[in-house]
Amino acid sequence: MMLWETYLLAQRTILRNVLRSSLTILGIVIGVAAVITMVTLGSGATAKVTSDISELGSNLLHIRPGQGMRGPGGARSRADDFTIEDATAIKNSVAGLKAVAPISDASSQAIYGSANWATSVTGATNAFLTVQGWQVADGRAFSDGELKAGKGVCLLGNTVRKELFGNESPIGKAMRLGKISFKVIGTLKEKGQSNFGNDQDDIVIIPLRTLQRRMAGNSDVRTIIVSVNDGVSTEVVSSDIEALLRERRGIKSGQDDDFHVRNMKELIDTLTGTTTVMTALLSAVAGVSLLVGGIGIMNIMMVSVTERTREIGTRLAIGALEREVLMQFLVESVVLASFGGLIGIAIGLCAAAIGAQLIGVPFVFRPGIVAAAFFFSGAVGVTFGYFPAKKAAHLDPIEALRYE
Amino acid sequence: MQFAQVTDQMEPAQIYQKEEIAQKQNNLIEFQDITKIYGKGQAAMRALDRINLSIRQGEFVAMMGPSGSGKSTCLNILGCIDTATQGTYRFEGVQVENLSRDHRAMLRRHFLGFIFQGFNLLNRTSALENVELPLIYRKMPAKLRREKAMEALSAVGLEKWACHTPSELSGGQQQRVAIARAIVGNPRILLADEPTGNLDSVRSTEIMEMLLEFNRQDSITIVMVTHEPEMAVYADRQIHFQDGRIITDSQNDHMITDSQKGASL
Repeated sequence: MMLWETYLLAQRTILRNVLRSSLTILGIVIGVAAVITMVTLGSGATAKVTSDISELGSNLLHIRPGQGMRGPGGARSRADDFTIEDATAIKNSVAGLKAVAPISDASSQAIYGSANWATSVTGATNAFLTVQGWQVADGRAFSDGELKAGKGVCLLGNTVRKELFGNESPIGKAMRLGKISFKVIGTLKEKGQSNFGNDQDDIVIIPLRTLQRRMAGNSDVRTIIVSVNDGVSTEVVSSDIEALLRERRGIKSGQDDDFHVRNMKELIDTLTGTTTVMTALLSAVAGVSLLVGGIGIMNIMMVSVTERTREIGTRLAIGALEREVLMQFLVESVVLASFGGLIGIAIGLCAAAIGAQLIGVPFVFRPGIVAAAFFFSGAVGVTFGYFPAKKAAHLDPIEALRYE
Repeated sequence: MQFAQVTDQMEPAQIYQKEEIAQKQNNLIEFQDITKIYGKGQAAMRALDRINLSIRQGEFVAMMGPSGSGKSTCLNILGCIDTATQGTYRFEGVQVENLSRDHRAMLRRHFLGFIFQGFNLLNRTSALENVELPLIYRKMPAKLRREKAMEALSAVGLEKWACHTPSELSGGQQQRVAIARAIVGNPRILLADEPTGNLDSVRSTEIMEMLLEFNRQDSITIVMVTHEPEMAVYADRQIHFQDGRIITDSQNDHMITDSQKGASL
């Protein structure tokens, strides 16, 4: 029988019992929908993590004293902070750098008139604005003189500005950080929440020297942020910096570093790796329901073969070949399964679109996964339809005709 | 004996080798010492015991006998849906035992028509589609198929019922659909297993007259199994079975069938 005829026959048989056909494909529908939803949401989450971190700057290196992720104890607790000179040395002797921003921070109470706001104060240079992508909304950045002299001037993040000044313009106003008086010389453009959920605009930036001398009372630099030129390998720069700092900090060969250079790319890889693994796991669980759906199809096809034994006998007596009966049942289960797959894809994409809205990740349509899900459901039809179809085709015509 | 590979587009004549056609004999069907044994060892049951039988083209044969006498088994072997344990069955000179399952299916497809006691129509499928079924397996184009099926349905007087499903038809009408399905492909031989077994006498007479008409006008060979003597009189020839053997094989008095034929016209 021609394939098209077989397809029409299968379609007719399926439509003849709509309720049973729908129940048969329910497992496949749920399985495919679950896989599509999981993969789409997972891809969305990965895309969001990647883009969020890229916003922070994927060409950034964070250099901090201590041993990074090694936990308490070890070299971290004893490690000395950096100094401005370390930052200058990096800037002067490592090639391929766009900017080097030494910073130090402290928390403090910001006070203006009767308004009072606990915030974090970052002591930095104008290079910090460059590497973190801060833009001055109003007023100006620091002047060289202010930086060198450690003047009492500050730039306000949007949150601090709102809390202290409301609708008033803060430029030129005097405010206090703890007991020290500062003059507001500029405000920063709003950045919004970071990927980790903290308010990036809750910040006051003052000259690094001011923070060191007047608030911390030392000359420490907590972190050096380095921005690498485009096209320059962060790995090479990172190892150059490590070599330089080991030398400057007098670490003998064989000893562990007492500082660490963290690459943003590593962070991206770690975080996307986590979301990818989660996606894979959830998809695997969803895939199990696809398998169960396939067994459901096999079940119904077996029943269908038994129920239609006389029909099969009649077809064989009329002159149907074994392979034609086989094809008839196989095509029927493939059509059922593929149809279930299509419905599952539609439901899955809708669910993913809604879910993406709810959890705030972009909706990433992946045609490859959709095609794979469709072909997989067809394959489920072939696999689980084959056994019942074989059973039908092998029936002895007389036995089948006599079957009550 | 060599046979061509069975293909979907095969023409009837291609099923045989050419020499087979040359050797074609007068007899459409020839049984030589056909024996059918069910089961094995002590439980073995001899359903047919060395049957010898020839049926010529154009005959109308009634096979009679009590249940278990072997008449149905004989018909199934004739229809190539069962195979003999021993003996030789030649259909148009072709030895059926040597055919593969697929080749036997091709024989049924192109040369045989079946009518069953229980009609065996496909449920929830219109009369027209039921009649089309053999033509679908013959790969006939849809339009031609529809025309032929409609012709066959009008030949049994059911052209107005073409779109009705079997459950909407009476028993007599269902059997007429089944007859239309059996004759739609112009078979050499029509095999009927108790075609009137489920019908009352009026419907039975209708069906028998219809079969007689196909036999006389279209010279389709008919072999019918029945246990009702009133139906057997329509045939040219009556074969009586008992315990797996043929006990009588006689020509009918043609006066009866001719008068019946006259009545039906």
